[in-house]
Amino acid sequence: MKSIYLDHAATTPMHPEVIQAMIPVMEGTFGNPSSIHHFGRQARKLLDEARHLIANSIHAKEKEIVFTSGGTEADNAALIGIAKKNRHIGRHIITTEAEHHATLRTAEYLEKEGYDVTYLPVNESGRISIVDLQNSLRDDTILVSIMYVNNETGVIQPIEEIGAVLKEHQAYFHTDAVQAFGALPIDVDALGVDLLSASAHKIYGPKGIGFLYIRDNVQIEAIQHGGEQERKRRAGTENTAAVVGFQKAVDLVKKEGQIRNKEYRALKELFIQTLKKRNIDFEINGDEQFTVSSIVNISFPGTNVESLLTNFDLSGIAASSGSACTAGSIDPSHVLSAMYNREDERTKNSIRFSFGIANNEENVKESAEQVAQIVKRLTS
Amino acid sequence: MIYLDNSATTSPYKEVLDSFYKVSQGFFANPSSIHYLGGEVEQLLTKAKEQAASLLNVLPKELIFTSGGTESNNLAIKGIALQHQNRGKHIITTQIEHPSVLEACRSLEQFGFDVTYLSVDIEGKVSPEQVKAAIREDTILISIMHVNNEIGTIQPIEEIAAISQQYPKLFFHVDHVQGLGKVPLHLAHEGIDLCSMSSHKIHGLKGTGLLYIKRGTSLYPLVHGGGQQEEIRPGTENVSGIVAMVKALRLTFDNQKNKIDEISKLSRSIRECLAADSRIYINSPKTGAPHIINISVPGYKPEVVIHALGKKDIFISTKSACSSKHSDESAVLAACGLEQSRTMHGFRISLSFYNTEEEINQFCRTFLEVLDELSDVMGR
Repeated sequence: MKSIYLDHAATTPMHPEVIQAMIPVMEGTFGNPSSIHHFGRQARKLLDEARHLIANSIHAKEKEIVFTSGGTEADNAALIGIAKKNRHIGRHIITTEAEHHATLRTAEYLEKEGYDVTYLPVNESGRISIVDLQNSLRDDTILVSIMYVNNETGVIQPIEEIGAVLKEHQAYFHTDAVQAFGALPIDVDALGVDLLSASAHKIYGPKGIGFLYIRDNVQIEAIQHGGEQERKRRAGTENTAAVVGFQKAVDLVKKEGQIRNKEYRALKELFIQTLKKRNIDFEINGDEQFTVSSIVNISFPGTNVESLLTNFDLSGIAASSGSACTAGSIDPSHVLSAMYNREDERTKNSIRFSFGIANNEENVKESAEQVAQIVKRLTS
Repeated sequence: MIYLDNSATTSPYKEVLDSFYKVSQGFFANPSSIHYLGGEVEQLLTKAKEQAASLLNVLPKELIFTSGGTESNNLAIKGIALQHQNRGKHIITTQIEHPSVLEACRSLEQFGFDVTYLSVDIEGKVSPEQVKAAIREDTILISIMHVNNEIGTIQPIEEIAAISQQYPKLFFHVDHVQGLGKVPLHLAHEGIDLCSMSSHKIHGLKGTGLLYIKRGTSLYPLVHGGGQQEEIRPGTENVSGIVAMVKALRLTFDNQKNKIDEISKLSRSIRECLAADSRIYINSPKTGAPHIINISVPGYKPEVVIHALGKKDIFISTKSACSSKHSDESAVLAACGLEQSRTMHGFRISLSFYNTEEEINQFCRTFLEVLDELSDVMGR
């Protein structure tokens, strides 16, 4: 059976050009970038070039980019790094209830370490309120961490407005941009962010590589110590081939980003319209006007996540509930719980569909037809 | 081209690249996704872990995949320290560990840990008696490398493990990054609790490593997030890197069985040829690992010699690629008690299973020629 992949927010296939860019590096430029001989210098050169392009893509400087093993590490490095470095200034951190677990679990860890964390609520549209943020800011607030695009709903937070609010406050501003990077144009100065996390495998790059942007003059305490790589902010031999793969993925966004967004938006629209035509009872979670083009989160009243996903899977449709899966049972989505409330049915009957390179009109239409049939069967 | 810097990094096996390519193309889904495609990848990951465990003669659940040797060392040391600090805050290590161990220890000193850095003898060895004498009531961790990365000294790991075993409150971590595939280590020894390994030192890819954690050993994670790898190391798994590492492990163990004598033979040739020259001192002990030969040439500036050799397409290194860029001195040679004329003028030649006798002969000839050529400018 041929699968239709509608889970691009979980991970994406590597773009063929990305693989092609990596192979010669693994074969020929395998030197350790810290080695002083030719092999090392060649590898160093590739790293420098990649850093240049990637920095450019968010209007940052090369030295502001720290390569990590992925988004989770980048989020951890930002939160722990800022918290530990500034613990003498203050111990209050603000984030939201709808963050990725890489942020939430790290915030919980910091709570155990004696930090005080405020989790801002989100409204039914999935967005935070600027007034809430303003009211939560304290003299001892050292960090505000708010994701740019939510991974379950695709809802975009008002990062630029938050950045403006924080301009006059000592708190550093971190945004988890893992789902935004490649989907939205990013200018770190316009956004007013001090730190920003991104990951390669969400944009057709390889797994195992991400970056943390750290504004010039912002200091962090490293979570990993050793050699002097990445200006002592992240020790460990640089993963040159993956960095080059990341560079290629970013380069492709630069060239194709706008076309991709248009395509994905159209596919998402087609998916929704097909469901509508089949008279399925459904509701989109999150305010659509604030979502990225590739993600839609849909609630199907009268169903539950488990039977939906099982049936989708049997029909070859790869989608996701977006929430953590533990030992066969699926917890209600913490993101939807934050938007509605824990008892709301939508937290247990919603599915995330995310579109991308594996999709075309035909397979999106086909999957929507299948989804419609399954939902009809489950609700009749 | 004669590459003799295999302790800095190695060129990947062709089969490793094939694995990487195949997995990247065919198994791209996120192993945490509960749909069919995710399930396939999860199975692949499980299989890879089982293979690694069987090669290393340990249990699959005792292995955690990391982003490399530096992360493995950091996770082991900080993970044990943070998890078990209520038992005591004393750590024992040696003065000649890799920077990722030394710096991890130093970072813990900031948080109230007391670290004993054992001295080594002229061959770079610690004695089991020294270790035993350093153990205190509040010692929770001993971290000692198996094979030194700069001079190849092999530490008496099993004897230290036997000592550690007598102290039930104490954990023993072995940095096996340089020893893996070259010097046998009985990982399942009851006295060894943790062991770090890296892929790119055994012809795998950069960005992947392993940490062995003996069953029943609990440690605090470095990063927090989505619950992958028993929550000890969250973050989307670098599946192709992991499969490639297991492939490299298998091939390396085959090589170790069949070709380690060849490396020893090459090592002896280098020693004989260089020892005959009165300008050269051999720093590596005869009982050390066969693939690392460290020498000193007093009066010759290492970088200049490396550069001159590079022009002749021969690549060796001074000290560790991870060591400080701000000093010419090798901290390892200094810890061995050698005088500055040797610590400031050290070179490391490190072999792989692919080096040939002709290469070694040519290296020796060329090395002496380069010394002759440079003797006018810097020889004495």
